[in-house]
Amino acid sequence: MSIVYQRPEVFTNEYMKYCGGCGHGIINRLIGEIIEEQNWKEKTVIVWPIGCSVYADKYFKVDSICALHGRAPAMGTGIKRSCPEDLVIVYQGDGDMVSEGMAEIMHAGIRGEKFTVVFVNNAIYGMTGGQMAPTTLMEQVTTTTPYGRKQENTGNPVNMAEIISQLEGCYYSERVAVTSPANIQKTKKAIKKAFQYQMEGKGLSFVEVLSPCPTGWKMKPADALKHINDIVVKQYPLAVFKDLGRGEKQL
Amino acid sequence: MNRVTVNREMCKECEYCMTFCPKKTILAKSKSLNKMGYYAIEAQNMEDCIACGICATVCPEGAIMVEKDV
Repeated sequence: MSIVYQRPEVFTNEYMKYCGGCGHGIINRLIGEIIEEQNWKEKTVIVWPIGCSVYADKYFKVDSICALHGRAPAMGTGIKRSCPEDLVIVYQGDGDMVSEGMAEIMHAGIRGEKFTVVFVNNAIYGMTGGQMAPTTLMEQVTTTTPYGRKQENTGNPVNMAEIISQLEGCYYSERVAVTSPANIQKTKKAIKKAFQYQMEGKGLSFVEVLSPCPTGWKMKPADALKHINDIVVKQYPLAVFKDLGRGEKQL
Repeated sequence: MNRVTVNREMCKECEYCMTFCPKKTILAKSKSLNKMGYYAIEAQNMEDCIACGICATVCPEGAIMVEKDV
């Protein structure tokens, strides 16, 4: 018997505290697979945010720390500057990054900090019970927008991958999704490329991942994936927005 | 014969593996609850399995192990 797939060794045996069908689990697993494949376990530091992934330090056998709400890029800056050889991964959700931590991520991009940001966009505040986030789609029903999000009250959605790609300090910016086996492989490739750019000492590498939130969207998990493919990608198109290392040899 | 092992206590019944399995006959819900209160997925009809690994690729919990008979 040869093993086609097994749980990465870098994971602990802790049960994940995400809801059934949450995209966080898939993205955590992809990060674990890449760390294991590249043998970076001893030099990885993951900065976890406040949000659904706040317990994620329990799932990995790597160094990790939980930042204040939205301040993960600031903490990542300090870690990367004191340990420039390490792989520093800043993992943030959409409420954490776009709402509370907008200044931190913008200034990390402006300064061109050399860490990787994995931004999980599920268009809602998942942990606190499905309130409207800045990334919520127009007309989307949440607990704080029961009649759908309207432009006159709450403005328009924010496309972070495009905004970050406009900054000079950004080296790589891409938006991917975890909605099918093919898209999951593309996500893994994008995150791996971002890690490689960081290890080569390039600028900020930013990967936005569209992720389902079946509980917050009040859908079955399979329907939530279909919702991303049909509706969410119209607001958040899947594309590479900036890749200054294009054409160079990849992992 | 190829083998798919689902960690019963980790499964949260999201059905991604059932949705994306190209053979459709292999993965099914069990009749009893696990410790977290979900009807965990279990593998059956293993002679149909082609060991493509898609069920493990989409599993958010990392609960599935796939082995190929060589």
